[in-house]
Amino acid sequence: MELALFVVLAVIAVIAAAGVVLSKKAATGALFLLLNFCTLAGLYILLNAQFIAVAQVIIYAGAIVVLFLFVLMLLSPGKEESQDRKPYIRVFAVFLAVLMLGEVGYVAFTGVLSGTPGQYTPEKIAEVGNVQAIGQVLFTDFLLPFELASVLLLVGIVGAVVLAKREL
Amino acid sequence: MNISSLNLTAIAPQIIIIITALVVLLAELFTGRKSLLAYLSLLGIIVAAIASWYIWNGTEQRLFAVPMFQTMAVADGYSLFLNLVFLVTAALSVLASINYLVRERINHGEYYALLLLATGGMMLMGSATDLMTVFLALEILSISLYVLAGFNRADLKSGESALKYFLLGAFASGFLLYGIALIYGATGTTNLAAIVDFLKGTGPMRGTYLFIGLGLLLVGFSFKIALVPFHMWTPDVYEGAPTSVTAFMSVGAKAAGFAALGRLLLYAFPTLLGDWVWALAVLSVLTMTLGNLTALAQTNVKRMLAYSSIAHAGYILIGLIAANEAGMAGVLFYLLAYAFMNVGAFAVVIAVGREGEPNLELSDYAGLGSRQPLLAAAMAVFMFSLAGVPPLAGFFGKLYIFSAAVQAGFVALAIIGVLNSVVSAFFYLRVIVYMYMQKPIVEARPVLAPPLALAIALAVLGTIGLGLLPTPFLTLAQQSIAMLFGA
Amino acid sequence: MPIDYLPILILVIVALLFAALALLVPALLGPRKPTAIKFSTYESGKIPFGTTGRRFPVKYYLTAVLFILFDIEVIFLYPWAVVFKALKLFGLIEMGVFVLILLVGYFYVWRKGALEWD
Repeated sequence: MELALFVVLAVIAVIAAAGVVLSKKAATGALFLLLNFCTLAGLYILLNAQFIAVAQVIIYAGAIVVLFLFVLMLLSPGKEESQDRKPYIRVFAVFLAVLMLGEVGYVAFTGVLSGTPGQYTPEKIAEVGNVQAIGQVLFTDFLLPFELASVLLLVGIVGAVVLAKREL
Repeated sequence: MNISSLNLTAIAPQIIIIITALVVLLAELFTGRKSLLAYLSLLGIIVAAIASWYIWNGTEQRLFAVPMFQTMAVADGYSLFLNLVFLVTAALSVLASINYLVRERINHGEYYALLLLATGGMMLMGSATDLMTVFLALEILSISLYVLAGFNRADLKSGESALKYFLLGAFASGFLLYGIALIYGATGTTNLAAIVDFLKGTGPMRGTYLFIGLGLLLVGFSFKIALVPFHMWTPDVYEGAPTSVTAFMSVGAKAAGFAALGRLLLYAFPTLLGDWVWALAVLSVLTMTLGNLTALAQTNVKRMLAYSSIAHAGYILIGLIAANEAGMAGVLFYLLAYAFMNVGAFAVVIAVGREGEPNLELSDYAGLGSRQPLLAAAMAVFMFSLAGVPPLAGFFGKLYIFSAAVQAGFVALAIIGVLNSVVSAFFYLRVIVYMYMQKPIVEARPVLAPPLALAIALAVLGTIGLGLLPTPFLTLAQQSIAMLFGA
Repeated sequence: MPIDYLPILILVIVALLFAALALLVPALLGPRKPTAIKFSTYESGKIPFGTTGRRFPVKYYLTAVLFILFDIEVIFLYPWAVVFKALKLFGLIEMGVFVLILLVGYFYVWRKGALEWD
């Protein structure tokens, strides 16, 4: 069952990702991106990472795609198709993509990279629950970074107003 | 778990600065007199400095620890000395900004709020002992600076500066975060103390993960402190940003980057020294040489100072490469000296400038010695100090760093540094030649507003003071770094 | 456990089927009499003018960015709500500080008039 779901979600995710790159119109690409984000959320749930799945839907599928669409409307659309891409850039991009794919494949199948498991192993997370585990760590050990995140958001708020509001 | 176990006093200076920023932001909504906000900011900066002083005298090392002793930040000599550097930079920048903002018609309270938030981010970079804190502090600092760089919204160059800074800065943050993720993967922790323990346990192991992670981390930091070849954004950003912002970020952002990098490399990764030291040595030589050679060709003073600041990052890096106590103490001393002389030089640029900043060319400084002798004398002090002429602050900074490099066996690096200083003397002295030996093209006398004059006076005082009495400050710096090497 | 998400999966499938049916059934059963008016863009009953391809004011950007920033604030509330009882008063205070800092930002945006459509 999980394998079947994984295959379905993964295939849709790859198709959607290809759609983002290949779409002639940027708005279509943004919608493909939305589809991609949603399937990724499904994959995260299969990996037992509920918090990331929820963040994926609320922040990425919800807010980021909206921002992308707004930005597309802010730039004058219609001109987007008239970029003259130099052919060698495309060759170079394909080369880099193949190289990257090769690296990932090499690492995945040979296992040359070995990390150190942290404190939270899959078993432990299954025991306490994913969101609970994050909550407990975030609000105790990572208290300072958590509070700093609110300062960071505040900087973003002030910055957005300073740069985009007509009259200050 | 309760509040008293947090030991909030350890980050009291940072909290004070951030609360001041919030108050300034709220006060902005209710007051029309924006210069009041500048003085409010100065008050916060002074209180934060006093708090730092109290912590310094209190205990040797206070930890911002939450239960399970996962330390996220620390108040030790290192962070407190750096607080001094950041607070000096912020105070001088605020003083230099007051009339500049009015002149450029961008006198909004948000400026001071963002400047304080950036200062808070810098101070947190100095005290961060966890990669998560490093990252968040760096982002608070960087995003504030992106916005400040574009603060003059009517000026296209300012917008270009903000956009370029943002795009490349975000790119660098991506590298940094990726590096942090790989280091976490390799060691199973983001905490510096835990990484130290882990590396002790494994001995001289060279995990591929750790290696790549550290490399990405170095690339990210190289962008942020503008090392060649990651410096391309610097001249345009520094030239386009409002001058007071350039003054602030050319010192503050750089010092913050060195602060975090120093603690990371010397405290957490000394066992990998053999790997990162050569990478940094190459970067340092490239940075010094290219920065100075390109500065030679500049006729725009602001742009020349931008290239000069690239070159100075190269000198400071030598202290890190030496990786001994003398080198690190030299880095701290240099950063303090740099805060005075560089902000001072930009303050003079502000004083000579006019609305819209049309006169930033070298020729605009012609005859300044007769038009405004005091201002020209101050500029001469800053230029001599930047060039490393004794007995000024810049000279002793270079002296300490280069001699530390010789001690550590990097004689060639020290020689390249000295040669570069000789090259740099040419373009610093050119400004002095223009000021004193050229006939003025315009007869206008720049009018000095009192706060700006105070900023320049303080900077001169600091530059000369550090030069005439370097020993107490060097001792202070030497005491500050004990924690880095004590572990 | 992923199995807990089965209802959501079923909902997604039902939604997809419903959308497919809603497109398919009229296409099969409905009569087709195309006219020029029917092929023009539907714009809430008004006669359409111009193209959609024009630049929107930068005000929209401000709205979108503010939405994202407060959206990220909300995501922090989620793990907090889950462990709220275990954290006791301490948890309330730390979230209070977090929200207070953002409240300053909200108050700033509000009083600046950035939420108004000037």
